[in-house]
Amino acid sequence: MSQTDLEIVVDDPTAPEENSPSVTSSGTVEIIVCLLLLALAAILGYDNWRTGASWDSTGPEPGYFPFYLSIILGGSSVYGLIAALIARRGAADTFVTRAQARRVMAVFVPTLLFCLVTQFLGLYVASFLLIAGFMRAVGKIALWKSLLTAFLFTAIMFVTFDIAFDVIMPKGPLEAAFGY
Amino acid sequence: MEAFGLLLHGFAVLLTWKTLVLMMVGLVLGIFVGVLPGLGGPNGVAILLPLTFTMDPTSAIVMLSCIYWGALFGGAITSILFNIPGEAWSVATTFDGYPMAQQGRAAEALTAAFTSSFIGSLVAVLLITFLAPMISSFALKFGPPEFFAVYLLTFCSFVGLGREAKHKTVISMSLGLLLAGVGMDTVSGQLRMTFGSSELLRGINFLVAVIGLFGISEILLTMEERLALRGHAASISLRVVLSVWKDLPKYWVTLLRSSFIGCWLGITPGGAIAASFMGYNLAKRFAKDPESFGKGRIEGVFAPETAAHASGTSALLPMLALGIPGSGTAAILLGGLMVWGLNPGPLLFVEHKDFVWGLIASMYLGNVVGLVLVLTTVPIFASILRVPFAAVAPMIVVSCAIGAYAIQNAMFDIWLMLGFGVVGYVFKKIGIPLAPFTLALVLGNRAEDAFRLSMIGSGGDLKVFWSNGLVGSIATLAIVLLFWPLIDALLGRLALTGRTKAASG
Repeated sequence: MSQTDLEIVVDDPTAPEENSPSVTSSGTVEIIVCLLLLALAAILGYDNWRTGASWDSTGPEPGYFPFYLSIILGGSSVYGLIAALIARRGAADTFVTRAQARRVMAVFVPTLLFCLVTQFLGLYVASFLLIAGFMRAVGKIALWKSLLTAFLFTAIMFVTFDIAFDVIMPKGPLEAAFGY
Repeated sequence: MEAFGLLLHGFAVLLTWKTLVLMMVGLVLGIFVGVLPGLGGPNGVAILLPLTFTMDPTSAIVMLSCIYWGALFGGAITSILFNIPGEAWSVATTFDGYPMAQQGRAAEALTAAFTSSFIGSLVAVLLITFLAPMISSFALKFGPPEFFAVYLLTFCSFVGLGREAKHKTVISMSLGLLLAGVGMDTVSGQLRMTFGSSELLRGINFLVAVIGLFGISEILLTMEERLALRGHAASISLRVVLSVWKDLPKYWVTLLRSSFIGCWLGITPGGAIAASFMGYNLAKRFAKDPESFGKGRIEGVFAPETAAHASGTSALLPMLALGIPGSGTAAILLGGLMVWGLNPGPLLFVEHKDFVWGLIASMYLGNVVGLVLVLTTVPIFASILRVPFAAVAPMIVVSCAIGAYAIQNAMFDIWLMLGFGVVGYVFKKIGIPLAPFTLALVLGNRAEDAFRLSMIGSGGDLKVFWSNGLVGSIATLAIVLLFWPLIDALLGRLALTGRTKAASG
């Protein structure tokens, strides 16, 4: 076969650096997660015990099944906590480096804002803002390309869901102004 | 040959222009989703599920299963051309697939991958066609204790046979079962774990959780990495396809072995990843010259792809016959069935014949159409990767939000999705597996109902799970699988001491 292959090359202008310092180790995160799960197990266990976790004349009460599950969850969290505390003395793996954390936040924060804007201005306005803003700020893509892509994508979504498939999305004042 | 007649009927259900068009749309969307980084089979199916809400169940499931086949095919494209496995089960394909692409044999490797995917799925679909009706008619005799024993078996085999740390699997599973119980209790009508919140009254929707866990968390994870990529673009000519196909009979042992491994591991939960590695390793072990693997050997593509697809497809067998999904994607399809008001399980074969056989027929057709489609359109799909991730990521976020909202028309679900995204991200990074969580969340209520109905039936006596041979052997098998690592170690030690005694004596 002849070598007629084209190369496909894509750059990543805001890639995280390789040698960025660690923010926290996986062991620490495991400990925190186990503690949170333990707290959750305690709250849910208490609630189910209050609902009734024993037997009555017709069989197990509604809280019976989840109550024992909370105990299993709590037990395995304690086990995980001890295992993480012991393993911590050994090598600590990096959970996330500072550069990686910055990138993750660069998606997470806009997504959070997107949900917030959706609540008040509707999904389509939020979607336009998210796509245009993200492409411009994180991808360093030309402003007109970002705006055009965001507009086209949002318009396609609107036509597909709200008009063609009758799946109604949350809407805000802008859509109301156009009569939707 | 009752199955054969019903299958023909299934084809008749499918062969309308509308379904064929939906099939093509599903396949294209699926390949698209499979090629994009940070999205794969389960995410794609979960995000695109809302599109199908207004369709009739047969069209909907045909489109969804085609999205799934498409995603399976798409994963191979990035593995071979870019050395980026789209899915965990495509990792083994990169071992020999990428070296082949570097040697300028990309077209050959792609043809091999697509063809073996096709063969693997075909073997698995044949298995489903003949085995599923048998299992389901057998399962029609099941009462609540038998069903609970089968659920228990599923959960226990995850804990006992999973490769993750046991306590992490237990954490993930018990959390899933707990969250499944939030909301109105189906037996007594009482509220549980709602803490007075009216939003939690509806319960935690399985699909919302899946969209967050797989969609949003995957975006967060993908962003951590350097996203620059470099790879080959390839087009496949008919000549290459024919030359690969001509050599196919030479590799029949590899293909057959991998299909068999795949089918077996697919029926037991969580198998596709293990299947692809096992298929690859066995092909390597039985080869005359194992050193040549990893340097661009075509068998190194055949073996894992056949196994992965056989397992991905046969994962649908327990879902159809028993209502127990064998993989994450099967669990999502099961969630879909419930949205359309179909109750998965053995009764499906009796009450919704059209639907079941339409689905099985669509597996055959979808694979044939998919094979032709990928072979002809690879260059277009490979160039999707030219689109920068900074443009793709927000679009995926928006699609996830649309999907999450559409399920129950609730803004609260969008927030829930975001929360599950964070949970999924953290869990994946500290090695808590998500598959048991997904499975537990979708099966939780059914397992609990089965348990409580058996308890009510027996007056609270746990011996009901050993009351007859059938339920007793399933329940015992479940317990054995749960403690399998311990039993395995014990057996190993016994064998070892036996051997040293024999050696010394």
